Amino acid sequence: MADKKATREAYGAALATLGEKYDFVVLDADLAAATKTGVFKKKFPERFFDCGIAEGNMISVAAGIATTGKIPFVSSFAIFASGRAWEQVRNSIGYPHLNVKIGATHAGITVGEDGATHQGNEDMALMRTIPGMTVICPADATEAYAATEAALLHNGPVYLRFGRFAVPDLSSELANYKFEIGKGVVYKEGKDVTLVATGFMVHQAMEAAALLAEEGIDAEVINIHTIKPLDADLIAASAKKTGAVVTAEEHSVIGGLGGAVCEALSELCPCPVLRVGVQDSYGRSGRVPELLEIYGLTAKNIAEQAKKAIAKK
Amino acid sequence: MEELRKLELKRTANSVRHGIIDGVYHATCGHPGGSLSIADILTYLYFEHMNVDPKDPKKADRDRFVLSKGHTAPALYSVLAHRGFFPVEELKTLRHTESRLQGHPDMKGTPGVDMTTGSLGLGISAACGMALSAKISSDPYRVYAIVGDGESEEGQVWEASMFAAHYKLDNLCVVLDWNGLQIDGPITEVMNPTPYAEKFTAFGWHVISIDAHDFDAIEAAFAEAKATKGKPTMIIAKSIKGKGVSYMENKCEWHGQAPKEEQYLVAVADLNKIDEELK
Repeated sequence: MADKKATREAYGAALATLGEKYDFVVLDADLAAATKTGVFKKKFPERFFDCGIAEGNMISVAAGIATTGKIPFVSSFAIFASGRAWEQVRNSIGYPHLNVKIGATHAGITVGEDGATHQGNEDMALMRTIPGMTVICPADATEAYAATEAALLHNGPVYLRFGRFAVPDLSSELANYKFEIGKGVVYKEGKDVTLVATGFMVHQAMEAAALLAEEGIDAEVINIHTIKPLDADLIAASAKKTGAVVTAEEHSVIGGLGGAVCEALSELCPCPVLRVGVQDSYGRSGRVPELLEIYGLTAKNIAEQAKKAIAKK
Repeated sequence: MEELRKLELKRTANSVRHGIIDGVYHATCGHPGGSLSIADILTYLYFEHMNVDPKDPKKADRDRFVLSKGHTAPALYSVLAHRGFFPVEELKTLRHTESRLQGHPDMKGTPGVDMTTGSLGLGISAACGMALSAKISSDPYRVYAIVGDGESEEGQVWEASMFAAHYKLDNLCVVLDWNGLQIDGPITEVMNPTPYAEKFTAFGWHVISIDAHDFDAIEAAFAEAKATKGKPTMIIAKSIKGKGVSYMENKCEWHGQAPKEEQYLVAVADLNKIDEELK
């Protein structure tokens, strides 16, 4: 069993380590302890700027910094970075295609006890509609670290989605693990159904594949860490092979991975696609394992949906 | 200011006003009122004060300018064209599909535009980011911005104001164009953002109040801003919306519409008359 670690922890560690090699600045909106930018702050106080609880201003300040050639990372919770400040992200950063990296933590239902107001289940949908925006949702700590470095080296705006909850570090166990923006990773090959997952749901999809194998169903599992640009060719090739697809994400089924995959497959390879995720509803307070059950973000549900998708072939 | 230099600035500002009217007329839409109200201050900044080079619009040590009230792009374009960043004739392409001159400033498309703006409240924050960046790397350039009086109803203007004072951005100077009118009426009736001087002082800014059309006052204010250490400067510039065109002055309806042909001819005649007076 892989070690468990929250992707936000890897983000903070990445900033602190990469800060030795690269010249960038970090902004936060009074959440440095939670987003883990505080790790960078401690090491490089002269390159860290707290903007207070004013996310809109922070995003536009970052845009101004980027016009002068410096690279800013800006952090807040996903709901505020993508929601409260959406229009600033679109108009200050997206439209002039400025080199700003948004490190959004506490995405999705695994925020847990804080409840619906703080569980950003719509951020990938919101960010994905902005032209030129790259949207990345790492599966685990190893991938989160790699994604942070890749975002830094990428020229253009990037939205990075991290979680609060400790998740198994699957990528650390892969031989020759390599992260490339826009390139999906086949975690397991199979022929009966394709499980396309992002974020920590990749782990759930792998468990689902194991459950399906017990019933003689051979599932292919693909980790789509980059929601935009989507690796549509990889997904379509797999769908063509298996004929049935299930998407899995800790996000609304509207507009995120599920939406993006349906958009791609409707053009490239029409086939049954069932979407596991938050079903057009708000979250609620609770312990994470219980919330995952309530919202169907489990290996068991992915396996069930896979069988339904196969039946629709 | 010596009289000859002042006269030259007044002539240039009037040419800038001609460019505003020409641009908006040929666009058949746009925002003449608030463009005309900032023509003198923009002329002073680009012809007297800021370190800019039309031949090298992106030079690293240039002073930066952000038009936070981005809808008055006709004024920025006109001053940039007259300063030599692109041909004055191009002003007539304003808002056309093939033009480099978008309805609101686009830093990627127009030479001399330092920041993309238009959505109110965002530009002043970007200016703060530029000023902070200069502080981080000890760059000597200064950052200027113009914020609209109606724009100051946006909460983000006050977030940015807190930020600028907190980080002691004394390399930042913002002009508040107080022409008193917004789309729905007088600002004090729509949503009163005044008193300005008291508010910005309380937010930690150095505040200077001037007549936006008095070049002596404009020069003194920018000099005072430059000499002010430890805090950003807010120049509250009381202006006349539509300044220079008789029927547009202090008229709310000229916030966002273009003159028809006969109105255009009257506007040109008004500005020609000012040209004559300045000969």
